[in-house]
Amino acid sequence: MISFDRVSKRYPNGREALSNVTFNINTGEMVFLTGRSGAGKSTVLKHIALLERPSRGTVLVNGKNTSTLRARHIPAFRRGIGVVFQDHKLLADRPVYDNVALPLIVAATPLKECDKRVRAALDQVGLLGKERMLPYELSVGEQQRVGIARAVISKPPLLIADEPTGNLDPDLALEVMRLFRRFQDVGVTVVVATHDLHIVREFGQREIVLDNGQVQGGAADSLPSVVATR
Amino acid sequence: MSLSVASARHVQALLGSIGRLSRNMFATTLTLLVIGLALALPMALRLFVANAQAATGDFANAVDMSVYFKPDVPLAKAQQLAADARQRSEVGEVTVIPADKALEEFKTYSGFGTALEVLKDNPLPHVLHVRPRAESSSPAALETLRRYFTAWPEVDIVQVDSEWVMRFNAILEVLRRLLVIVAILLGAGVLAVIGNTIRLEILNRRAEIEVTKLVGGSNSFVRRPFLYTGVLYGLGGAVLAWLIVEAAVAVLGQPVANLAQLYGSHYLLEGPSDDDIGILLAAGTVLGWMGAWISAARHLSSIEPRA
Repeated sequence: MISFDRVSKRYPNGREALSNVTFNINTGEMVFLTGRSGAGKSTVLKHIALLERPSRGTVLVNGKNTSTLRARHIPAFRRGIGVVFQDHKLLADRPVYDNVALPLIVAATPLKECDKRVRAALDQVGLLGKERMLPYELSVGEQQRVGIARAVISKPPLLIADEPTGNLDPDLALEVMRLFRRFQDVGVTVVVATHDLHIVREFGQREIVLDNGQVQGGAADSLPSVVATR
Repeated sequence: MSLSVASARHVQALLGSIGRLSRNMFATTLTLLVIGLALALPMALRLFVANAQAATGDFANAVDMSVYFKPDVPLAKAQQLAADARQRSEVGEVTVIPADKALEEFKTYSGFGTALEVLKDNPLPHVLHVRPRAESSSPAALETLRRYFTAWPEVDIVQVDSEWVMRFNAILEVLRRLLVIVAILLGAGVLAVIGNTIRLEILNRRAEIEVTKLVGGSNSFVRRPFLYTGVLYGLGGAVLAWLIVEAAVAVLGQPVANLAQLYGSHYLLEGPSDDDIGILLAAGTVLGWMGAWISAARHLSSIEPRA
């Protein structure tokens, strides 16, 4: 599903955010990207969502080379990826319904279908009945779940999340992670960047460790480094 | 994407634009007013030119020609020459005014009646009033006709009151050019106002645009509501311009009728024709769309999602 081959990213200011990063993530896998702040976790996710392109090396996502993808194919490419942000990136002036439905609206989904799927997605994250509320009327945890509902509503084969539990207390964090694993259970590939090692241990999925822009472990898609029972 | 889904999305984008415009009523009104005034000005100028032209009527009236015979030319000769003149294609109507009748009229209308009694002979010559056909009223055609009459040995002088017609035509031509210049400049102004308004709105909605692109919104999807906003501004401004012009016509109608009456005319001020209104609304719509398009092309591509 995702393959990084000797990927380096150097920004115009000279900082090298990734150097020679190589790893593979299989379809249906759930993988944690870990490492300290600034280790390059977010940069890896940006490369997957095509918010960045590599300076050197190749990024393949869903069989597409992100370096050679034409601009007019980017929207369709992004529709195949659900993205969850630490700061949710919800539209503050739009009710929950509009926020969650956005990926369907840009894909020109019929309104009836839209209604059905928004309800289903909100049900999945436990927010049914809050469609008409504005984001600021919700708790931080609820806002995060709205973001997740938006990420999964168009049933993308790939879900990526950048520090999705950063602002949540441990119980909520666990709850969100369980939600991600439920998506994995139905075949979605899930990549979660987190520095919360407690959660990583708890879930025992494969862990790709980044440090200073380089992969320190877990690059091979072999057994997880720490095995835990589900 | 099926047609009905596509049109539903268009309606949605349109309603969204209307909603946003109506939520910022004050700012929207100011912008509409600027556009309305900018569009009303060339429209008013156009009406002025059209009315000036219509009020002065068909120029055939204005360019009557008076052919004065020499004093010793007999009436029969004058009548024969009038018959010749009637054969010419550019001549519409020829009236013979015998010297006696001219003197009678002069006595009656001039107020010099008794003073004229002392005259032994009639000092007035026979006169032909020639009215050229409307299509032969151009300065060149009039000149040809004038030469034709002047060439007769019996004719003393030919008077063509066409100077003022030419001057008036020249003034109208200047006004028409001015109209074109004003229309182009103010059209560019409308383009700039709408483009800038859309630019501000794009910057205001930056976060929304980023998120929309992030979840796979195409450029055309992101652009659509801004194009609708531009069209609404342009069309709204044009409607406002129409109302302004109609109001001005209503206010000016009575004074213009009074003025016309003082000149012995029953002219009534004409409002914009259906064609004028159609052109105005179309111009507003096109300018709004273009302004929004230029602004969107310039600013939307620079907004890319950042994580």
